Amino acid sequence: MAIIAVQSARSSNGMSLRMKLQRVERRHKFKAFVLVLPLVLFVLITFVFPIGRMMFSAIHDDTLLTLMPRTTAALSAWDGKDLPDERAYAALAEDLKQAWAHKTTGVIAKRVNYELAGAGSQVTSSARKLSTLSAGPYKAALIEINPLWGQHDVWSLLNRGRSAYTAYYLLRSVDYQYGPDSQIVASPPQYSVFRDVFLRTLGISIGVTAATLLLGFPVAYLLATLPPQTSNLLMIMVVVPFWISALARTTAWVVLLQEHGVVNDVLMALHVISQPAELVYNRVGTVLAMTHIQLPFTLLPIYSVMKTISPNYVRAARSLGAGPFYAFWKVYFPQTLPGVAAGCLLSFILCLGYYLTPALVGGANDQMVSYFVAHYTNEDLNWGMASALGAILLTATLLLYYIYNRLVGVDQLKMG
Amino acid sequence: MPDSNNTVVKFANIQKTYDGNALVVKNLNLDIARGEFLTMLGPSGSGKTTTLMMLAGFEAPTQGSILLEGRSIDNMPPHKRDIGMVFQNYALFPHMTVEENLAFPLKVRKLGKAEIEARVKRALDMVRLGAHGKRRPAQLSGGQQQRVAVARALVFDPKLVLMDEPLGALDKQLREQMQLEIKHIHQELGVTVVYVTHDQSEALTMSDRIAVFNDGAIQQLAAPAELYERPQNAFVAQFIGENNRLQGTVLARNGTTCKVEVPNAGNVQALAVNVEVVGRPTVLSLRPERVKLNPPPGSLPNIFKAQVAEVIYLGDHVRIRVSVCGHDDFVIKLPNSEGVVQLDPGTAITIGWKTEDCRALDAS
Repeated sequence: MAIIAVQSARSSNGMSLRMKLQRVERRHKFKAFVLVLPLVLFVLITFVFPIGRMMFSAIHDDTLLTLMPRTTAALSAWDGKDLPDERAYAALAEDLKQAWAHKTTGVIAKRVNYELAGAGSQVTSSARKLSTLSAGPYKAALIEINPLWGQHDVWSLLNRGRSAYTAYYLLRSVDYQYGPDSQIVASPPQYSVFRDVFLRTLGISIGVTAATLLLGFPVAYLLATLPPQTSNLLMIMVVVPFWISALARTTAWVVLLQEHGVVNDVLMALHVISQPAELVYNRVGTVLAMTHIQLPFTLLPIYSVMKTISPNYVRAARSLGAGPFYAFWKVYFPQTLPGVAAGCLLSFILCLGYYLTPALVGGANDQMVSYFVAHYTNEDLNWGMASALGAILLTATLLLYYIYNRLVGVDQLKMG
Repeated sequence: MPDSNNTVVKFANIQKTYDGNALVVKNLNLDIARGEFLTMLGPSGSGKTTTLMMLAGFEAPTQGSILLEGRSIDNMPPHKRDIGMVFQNYALFPHMTVEENLAFPLKVRKLGKAEIEARVKRALDMVRLGAHGKRRPAQLSGGQQQRVAVARALVFDPKLVLMDEPLGALDKQLREQMQLEIKHIHQELGVTVVYVTHDQSEALTMSDRIAVFNDGAIQQLAAPAELYERPQNAFVAQFIGENNRLQGTVLARNGTTCKVEVPNAGNVQALAVNVEVVGRPTVLSLRPERVKLNPPPGSLPNIFKAQVAEVIYLGDHVRIRVSVCGHDDFVIKLPNSEGVVQLDPGTAITIGWKTEDCRALDAS
């Protein structure tokens, strides 16, 4: 055998066996690559690039740098301690005049207003008044026009504008901001909402995932163990809601749960309650509706794993002397864990991104991160904040996934 | 035959139906003696596995009663029966190591830690897997997993051990090796084993007694040799070993023998095993190795002309298919010893057999 192998390894045209193998494999690899290329491009264009761009927006903001080039240039000489000198004021005046002429004052005002609440309108009025002022010295004149320009914090803000990158949005997303001297301080309580929002998002997601697990596990067990004709019917009942749009289902919950909805009417008719219970536009409604929508996502991976567990395992445990519960807990349940882990992970990650359901059946205090992302994207047009919130949610999700992977092991997961 | 105070298991008038129409097990009566290796042998759907499942407690009899050591276990859940069981695909718990698998029945019985360790070690040594205790079942070969499953079913000293086609998933060579191994473990420990299989050679190799199941009933219950040598009906004759069948009609009965008319052949002298009345159809059963080739005229009561149809060389023996009495699937087995005649297809020969080797059975 060995002799034959050696002979064929040095074949007639002098090429070694290894090289031939590589050539054949290269051809296979090229074919495989061409086959997946459309998908790779699709993912790159529609997924990787937008997400990268979004993450970038969270830290990139060159509004001040491009719209106030003179001021930011002049501020490079500023020591940051007292108010800057006349040169900086002259540059500011020129920038504001230019901005007024090019109608970009609003953009600058909005940017300033993010960090100094209420300062936006002062910037606009200063620019308007400045447009009639023909010559300097500007320092006294500007402070005269608006005391804003005599404040240290606005100059710190402009000074930070020298860089196209800012941590402001990320800081703001975790309830921090820049102080008057560009130091990082906690946001004042009336603006500190995001930490709560993240914790709420996490809490609702964990709650909903736990609820789907508690409700889904027994159903999955029934599905996997009942005779086919019964389990098929049950399966249809599980899957049909899956096919109805989440919007329709959420709206249905509003109809059911509202003050004079079906549930309240029935409970009152049965004299269980005397006043309509508040079931909707609060946490109860949110968790209820989300649990309903998420149930199949948790259930189906568990079911598909249970389907593969032979009834002989529990029989073996019973014959070895284990009671029904002990056999279930020590022999059956551990074998379902890959499915439980997969179902819970899937549900949890989907929950983190919920927008529609809390928006429709939740109250003001039930809105999750996605609501604020949508709010900043659609209403405030503050893409920096939207990106920062999104980036933090994404990072937190990846971090949780990593921890989960370390604890459970993703290779243990079975989606079916 | 087990006497009553040595009986471990008694099936009394057991019937089982799943759908309320067809009986899967029909009026089963069976006593299993202490220390016995009893095999339930039969084709699939014959009721043997259902019988085993009823004994293990996973199925309930529709009628009748099962007694374990004299006490009815009809209302006893499986985990209280103290019956070890080996399953077809071993059913080793995949999330536990081999040791944990073996310790499982002992932990359930709340034995002390030292006692558990000692017993697990003893069980592992018994199946020669002492070095594999820390491994997961998936890391073992099929044969090793099988041995662990056997050890696990024995480690808690059960009253009896049930085995449901435990060797079905192994290849032929390993299966034969495991048959002997299980047989030796049984002999060493003296434990009562009830074994289910559809493989007749496995049943013959291992068993003290074999219950041949067909159509929900025991066709014959006997020791392996008895079963092969003296099948009581056509099904058993056909299911255990090879067998030539000749259809005929009973002409006359004379004590233990009878005269049977085989169409296109003439009359055959046979042992009357399962024939009732003269004039009834019967099946004659003849083992291929009991047929003599070219016997001297007059030396045997049954001698017929035949023609060689096919010769198959099988190493240790030669199979010769011949045309005789209008059948062309009549097989003769000749051991490959010295002096085997050279036969070519088409050769005219005579064949013959003794009266007692030809059994007249029911005409099923």
